[in-house]
Amino acid sequence: MNYRVIVEVTLREGIADPEGATIERALPALGFTGVTNVHAGKSFRLDVEATDESAALERATALAERLLSNPVIENATARLGKAGE
Amino acid sequence: MTRIGVVVFPGSNCEYDAASGVTQLGAQAEFVWHSSTDLSGFDGIILPGGFAHGDYLRPGALARFSPVMEAVGRFAADGRPVLGICNGFQVLTEAGLLPGALQKNRGLTFLCQPTTLIVESTNSVLTSAATVGQELVIPINHFSGAYTCDDATLHQLEANGQVVLRYKDNPNGSRDDIAGVANVAGNVVGLMPHPERAMSTLLGSADGRVLLEGFVGAYVAVR
Repeated sequence: MNYRVIVEVTLREGIADPEGATIERALPALGFTGVTNVHAGKSFRLDVEATDESAALERATALAERLLSNPVIENATARLGKAGE
Repeated sequence: MTRIGVVVFPGSNCEYDAASGVTQLGAQAEFVWHSSTDLSGFDGIILPGGFAHGDYLRPGALARFSPVMEAVGRFAADGRPVLGICNGFQVLTEAGLLPGALQKNRGLTFLCQPTTLIVESTNSVLTSAATVGQELVIPINHFSGAYTCDDATLHQLEANGQVVLRYKDNPNGSRDDIAGVANVAGNVVGLMPHPERAMSTLLGSADGRVLLEGFVGAYVAVR
């Protein structure tokens, strides 16, 4: 069976995030005040063939750590997608 | 004659410059398609600049799984010279052959300009013909060139003399102004600047020659 999995890749704490910082600096000019701690990352949507949910998550986590993220600078988390996601 | 293999990935674009550079220094250059798994007969390997596999996902993330990279790993493990320039440096870090990673430039701008580098260590196949403290003017041409690593890795790099080149005036936000690093043995080196584009004063600088001369001559030392 196929399980929809969402993988999110974010920069590890302490790694410079020039993209997030640039977005944050732009917000006040657009009238969005009071928004801080902006971080940019990546999101991947996958359909993973597996026997059950936990096996699907395990496979997705493995590929996220091997390919979708660079563990030197990034963290990856996998979760099951909701209906229609 | 020294034979240098220049690896070509789909999306590489500096392979002719790299081949021309080492050829001008008396070596023979041969292109190696990324699907090749045989590097026998080569005295050194260059991973050139460009956008291997479109730089999709992250620069070097897909290139590290090209078939040739297993052979490059064995070549490196044998103590033979491997040089990654720009995108080639990114591929070497993704492949785990060099420590750290290359991040987007501080300021998020693509940088294409001459930079002044300072030789920090001559204990590598790239810097063996240079002198410590020597200043070299060599161009950069990248978007993801900010060298990044954690504190423990930085400490190791310093302790082992693995930082081979630093920027005099940090253009991209690289940690500790690092422009190029080597592995512990010094036979695998990566740098973001392009020494193969600094081969002639007529074209701005000939300071890349001393680096590529070291690389072309390096095989003698490891044979």
